[in-house]
Amino acid sequence: MNGTVPTRALLATALAPTLLLTACTDSTEADTTGTPTRIVLADAQPLGEFEPVNGYGELGVSPIFEGLLRPESSGDDALPELVPALAASAPEPNEDNTVWDVELRTDVTFSDGSALDADDVMATYSAVLDPDTASEVAGSYSMIESVTAVDDHTVRFTLNYPYYAMPARLTLGITPSEEITPGPAADSERNRAPVGTGPYVLADLSADQAVFEANPEYHGTAPEVTELVILSVPDDNTRAQRMRAGNIDGTVLPPVTAETFAHVDGSEVLPVRTAEWRGLSLPSDHPFTADPDARLAMNLGVDRDGIVENVLAGHGRPAHTPVPDVYGEAHDPEAVFAYDPDAAAELLDEAGWEEGPDGVRVRDGDRAEFTLYYLASDHLRRDLATAFAAEMEPLGIEVDIQGASWDEMGENSTQAGILLGGGDKPYDLDTQVYATLHTREADTPTYENPGDFAIPGVDEDLEEARRSLDPDERVEAYHRVQRSYVENPTYVFMAFVDHTYVAAEDDWDRGPLVLEPHAHGVSWGPWWNLAEWRR
Amino acid sequence: MSFSPVRRIRSHRTRWRDRRRELAGLVARRVALGLPMLVGLSALVFLLAARSPFNPLAAYLGAGFQRTTAEQRESLSTALGFDVPWWRAWWSWASDLLHGDLGWSRGYAMPVSEVFAERLPWTLLLSGTALAVAVLSALVWGTVAGLHPGSWPDRIVTRVGVLVQAVPPFVLALGSVTVFAVILRWAPVAGAAAPGEAPTFGGVVTHLVLPACTLALTQLPWLLLAVRTAVARARGSEPVRAARARGVSPARVVTGHVLPVSLAPLVTIVGARLPELVVGAVLVEEIFAWPGIAAALVASAQSLDFPLLAALTLATTAVVLLGSLLADSAYLFLDPRVSADV
Repeated sequence: MNGTVPTRALLATALAPTLLLTACTDSTEADTTGTPTRIVLADAQPLGEFEPVNGYGELGVSPIFEGLLRPESSGDDALPELVPALAASAPEPNEDNTVWDVELRTDVTFSDGSALDADDVMATYSAVLDPDTASEVAGSYSMIESVTAVDDHTVRFTLNYPYYAMPARLTLGITPSEEITPGPAADSERNRAPVGTGPYVLADLSADQAVFEANPEYHGTAPEVTELVILSVPDDNTRAQRMRAGNIDGTVLPPVTAETFAHVDGSEVLPVRTAEWRGLSLPSDHPFTADPDARLAMNLGVDRDGIVENVLAGHGRPAHTPVPDVYGEAHDPEAVFAYDPDAAAELLDEAGWEEGPDGVRVRDGDRAEFTLYYLASDHLRRDLATAFAAEMEPLGIEVDIQGASWDEMGENSTQAGILLGGGDKPYDLDTQVYATLHTREADTPTYENPGDFAIPGVDEDLEEARRSLDPDERVEAYHRVQRSYVENPTYVFMAFVDHTYVAAEDDWDRGPLVLEPHAHGVSWGPWWNLAEWRR
Repeated sequence: MSFSPVRRIRSHRTRWRDRRRELAGLVARRVALGLPMLVGLSALVFLLAARSPFNPLAAYLGAGFQRTTAEQRESLSTALGFDVPWWRAWWSWASDLLHGDLGWSRGYAMPVSEVFAERLPWTLLLSGTALAVAVLSALVWGTVAGLHPGSWPDRIVTRVGVLVQAVPPFVLALGSVTVFAVILRWAPVAGAAAPGEAPTFGGVVTHLVLPACTLALTQLPWLLLAVRTAVARARGSEPVRAARARGVSPARVVTGHVLPVSLAPLVTIVGARLPELVVGAVLVEEIFAWPGIAAALVASAQSLDFPLLAALTLATTAVVLLGSLLADSAYLFLDPRVSADV
């Protein structure tokens, strides 16, 4: 019996997928010109959280929304300048920086056709400050006491304390007052139906893609890239494969995966700088880390260049203090710890921490051993914690690393170290360093200075910088902060991380990159100013 | 022993009547068991979520959680409703459900019912196609292998089956993307339609081939090996030997005698492996960025989007229960020796 039926059917089922596949190879291909007017990008995030009240486009970078100010960049190696977007001119502070007046442009309409006025700005900021909206970003605006309209086109921000860095809080996207509804911002319809004043409007939103088209109401120069498509592709490898197959123009990838595109023709790897640091807080209520010599020794004994090279695939920079060199004059290039494990060992010996029988140092019965927590779901933090523990072992310091949730870490923050990140909103130095280095106060966030240390002199200098009206005085004060810190370190800062993007090569004049906040994805990278790309 | 056509029809009728009664009993028992199970399970989702170390507020705030004060966290939890005890959260969810309201998905910023409406058709299309491809291929290849146990086609089919079974689904998925989409460029890498365009019939078919074949492949080995064994056993059975002795053509022996007997185990296995299909769909949808509901399961679990997570868990459980009920019912009709008392 040789069943003729099965054999034929076998061939048919074996070949069917192949035939189907070959029948469909003539699918649409990318624009062959060097300046395609349609850009297709793949993002890791789900789509549909386009709500400025909840922090979408908070730093003035978004295709749909604009803030009163926007960043204007000269490159990602320096702070961007904050220039008027919806504001008619630079914000005007009173003599002690407690009241800021902003005049609005009069020629701006939202994409729904309504005109921009002071009410819209008031409504947006008030919604962020309203506890009922549960805005994710409310904490960044705690210096604002009230927002009022001086007239139709002038808004006044009255602050709780003098705050020189207020312009960095004026980039929040503005939404029409009529659109703002009570209740949690996360539950608002605006997430999927945004109305803004930016160069693009959301034309279509489905489960896996968002299509943005040029906004006919836009008050600026019409963008030359007229259509932006963002696909939601959660899997890192799938985004890399799509990039490799050539049917998208760019995506965001982890450093190590991005690096595999370094030699792929037609695409380029774009690392973009941030002020985001990774490092660990040290516990004050622990016999070893409470010793200033021990903290200094750990800072001298960690090979930051090696960590950047090995853990970050080279896409980062060593961090000694929370102040990276992008802050220009305010950064003190002398405030560094030279890598010197021998000096670290000597310092520990002198402080009385002597090697015990198992290789771990001991002083008066106290072991040089502490727990280091990292957020269990964050692979980078895990790898950094592991690297740090490995660097400490030859010094005779035992670091027990442990993955944990935020709640567990918060409960033990004065007895154990925590692998932390910071510098998420980098456009002023106050948010970059104040809470991180200042003595804990009643309203200090739980994971800022969680070790609860006080560095002599630092509180006064931080406050002077915040209240000072003279930029030179501020620079001086920040220099003193950095110098006091390196004499008496309370953390071990390890690295500033880069965000890594892969983009298809094209002939667009893209303009400079911009220093990025923690937020990343395809709204940033080389696409942050897509509306200004020129032929 | 006469074989008058009238008597045969009548015996079929009485068999159908008896079976119908048995079927009604089976359905009633399964529903009586299934409903309380679903209720208990939904409560369990809320209980486990409350007892888990995951903090919904941390999931909601992401990196921003680090920079909140205890006071801010309390106020946020109150505004977002994270501070109510789990049984009250469950109760309000369940009573809304009884009124036809599935709740609001924060992860997708739309009602849960709309998440289902937007994504479920894509998953049905993907899983349905994959299941059809898997069952058809299993029947064909399983029959070929089973008809000649020990022959080279049998050895190849069996070994390939065992090999594929041993490869994790995500490796199969990434491998097929690399080979067919990146190297050969025969199919698109991912998604359900060309970027920026509305789905068209041709476009969807092109995008469907790779994920559906991958998903089918992950389901194939069990089905294939089961069919092969059943066919090999049926081949040596008396009715088949008798048919062959009567000079019935080989093709007719296979379609008329071997396959009907081998079908029953296949049906049970398909029913029993529905959970696997769901799990496979989760992985395949994630890797192929397929806009289906299984990908939403991952996203809702990661962001602790309770209303969506609970609805999806219930729906998945209901599908599995229904699948095994359908399989057992079909078995009643396919094999007269089976009773529904189990």
